[in-house]
Amino acid sequence: MNSNKANRMSIFLITCCAVLMAGILLGLVGYILYQGFSHISLRFLTSDASAFLAGGGIKNQLWNSFYILFITMLFTVPLGIAGGIYMAEYAKPNKLTGFMRSCLEVLSSLPSIIVGMFGMLVFVNFFHWEYSILSGALALTVFNLPVIVRVCEDALRSVPQDQRLSGLALGLTKWHTIKKVLLPAAFPGILTGLILSAGRVFGESAALLFTAGLSTPNLDFTNWNPLAPNSPLNVFRSAETLSVHIWAVNADSIIPDAKQVAYGAAAVLVLCILLFNVSARCLGRLVERKMTGK
Amino acid sequence: MIVKNGESSLDHKTVNRRLIKENVSYRTFLSRNSENRGKILIFICASLIMAATMSITLFLTLQGIRSFTVDGLNPIKFLTGIHWNPESHQHASYGALPFIFGSFTVTILAALIAAPIGIGSALFMTEIAKTWGQKMLQPVIEILVGIPSVVYGLIGLSVIVPFIRSQFGGLGFGMLAAAIVVGIMILPTVASLAADAIKSVPDEWRQASYALGATKWQTIYKVVIPAALPSLLTAVVLGMARAFGEALAVQMVIGNAKVLPHSLIEPAATLTTMITLSMGHTTDGSVLNDALWSLGLILLIMTYIFIILIRFLSKRGRLS
Repeated sequence: MNSNKANRMSIFLITCCAVLMAGILLGLVGYILYQGFSHISLRFLTSDASAFLAGGGIKNQLWNSFYILFITMLFTVPLGIAGGIYMAEYAKPNKLTGFMRSCLEVLSSLPSIIVGMFGMLVFVNFFHWEYSILSGALALTVFNLPVIVRVCEDALRSVPQDQRLSGLALGLTKWHTIKKVLLPAAFPGILTGLILSAGRVFGESAALLFTAGLSTPNLDFTNWNPLAPNSPLNVFRSAETLSVHIWAVNADSIIPDAKQVAYGAAAVLVLCILLFNVSARCLGRLVERKMTGK
Repeated sequence: MIVKNGESSLDHKTVNRRLIKENVSYRTFLSRNSENRGKILIFICASLIMAATMSITLFLTLQGIRSFTVDGLNPIKFLTGIHWNPESHQHASYGALPFIFGSFTVTILAALIAAPIGIGSALFMTEIAKTWGQKMLQPVIEILVGIPSVVYGLIGLSVIVPFIRSQFGGLGFGMLAAAIVVGIMILPTVASLAADAIKSVPDEWRQASYALGATKWQTIYKVVIPAALPSLLTAVVLGMARAFGEALAVQMVIGNAKVLPHSLIEPAATLTTMITLSMGHTTDGSVLNDALWSLGLILLIMTYIFIILIRFLSKRGRLS
């Protein structure tokens, strides 16, 4: 009788935990979207941020976020996939591999602010790139690399051993087998992982504070010369991203509608990340269906 | 005749050429050259990853000990001093204890919030509602993991801080607000890792427990939790490592007072919030700047301690 009561009681408590967690998610996303939706408008998305007056937008910040994400992926994807191939196919069980694994573990558990400080030390001060998109993207590459390596390694490991052997049995070299057989087979998994990690990069802020800076020059969206200082494509200009903007508006801004701007920007940020999440799942499934012909 | 001969020889040539061409492509298919090229590419990328890790450790250590070697601060006084007062010219003092204390308190409180809820949710997913619980909570966890830390900070600033202000008085900013925000932030990490840990407990053990007449709860806390304990601890420690390094969300709700707080609802500061706030305003090479790098070094050392702790725990998990 007593144990029965304890059983029912504990199951109730465990269920409460699960309900609480689902409730936190619903409350969080719901609150941000509810508060921010009224502030999102075409004008909010397409006008410049203002320093003193109310009614500033987030055009430049939104562009910077996507542009830094793009440049980061440009560095991360080849490096990360190569790292994943090394870990899954070439690494022999020896000391070097163990060291590499430890390195990835350290990289993935470094706080992002430490990565930002490293970026400041090396890219900003040592290479004299100042606060720039390039410094920020390289810092984010360090931050994102271990994730991509793990995703790629897992995807390659889940390709059946038979495919590896049959490639080799046809007389292909190992590299050619990897390139033409294993990578295509692992592609859906890698793609899903890449898009999910893109969401993580998109929302990252601490690593960018000291590398990409807190300001954006006046951008001229008709000037697409990547060397011009006011061009949106220039990688050597400072760039405030959306998530950094949310922080900066709350921390030390004097605009009267800081709260609304922060909510609006946060709603846009959360929507983008939900979009990344959904598209990762859908694209992964779509590509897999297309490739396996089911 | 001659023309015909010529034609035939031409024919012969083209055929030959095609044969050779096919042969060439066939060779690249099998050649050791492309194999080596690919191998070298992969090894260069792998060594770049190792170089990045080593250079982060090396550079941050070198920069972090500058305040002791170049500026002559006393390391023991730095770690135990409670006065952080770099502005005064005569008695500039650099005591980092309030920030170290703040970081540890926030981390431990966050773990105390996240561990029960996270492990409870994991138990729900794996033991109580195996099919639909998993289907419901897996996306919840994945979305919560993806939400950026500034959004958590914003929620903390506009919901949790006013709530604490109305309940306990004071400003509302403080370590309690920070711990709640960070606790919610690490909740999905703890929950998903805990679910993995519980799933790896063999099903026969549960069945054996049921066969002895144990209830579900008795099975959970006498069989499942002890068996998964090292992995569950790993999950919590990983969450704590994340909490220790979180910067912006904490900065938004902790109040940023450079003193040792007397209670959980007074403004305080952590290592990360100090770096976030002051790093941009200091000149390169000043004593304050070097002291901030030393705070960063403490963070780095703690990261390594967390990693060693996790390794130790996962080794124990494998033995049992």
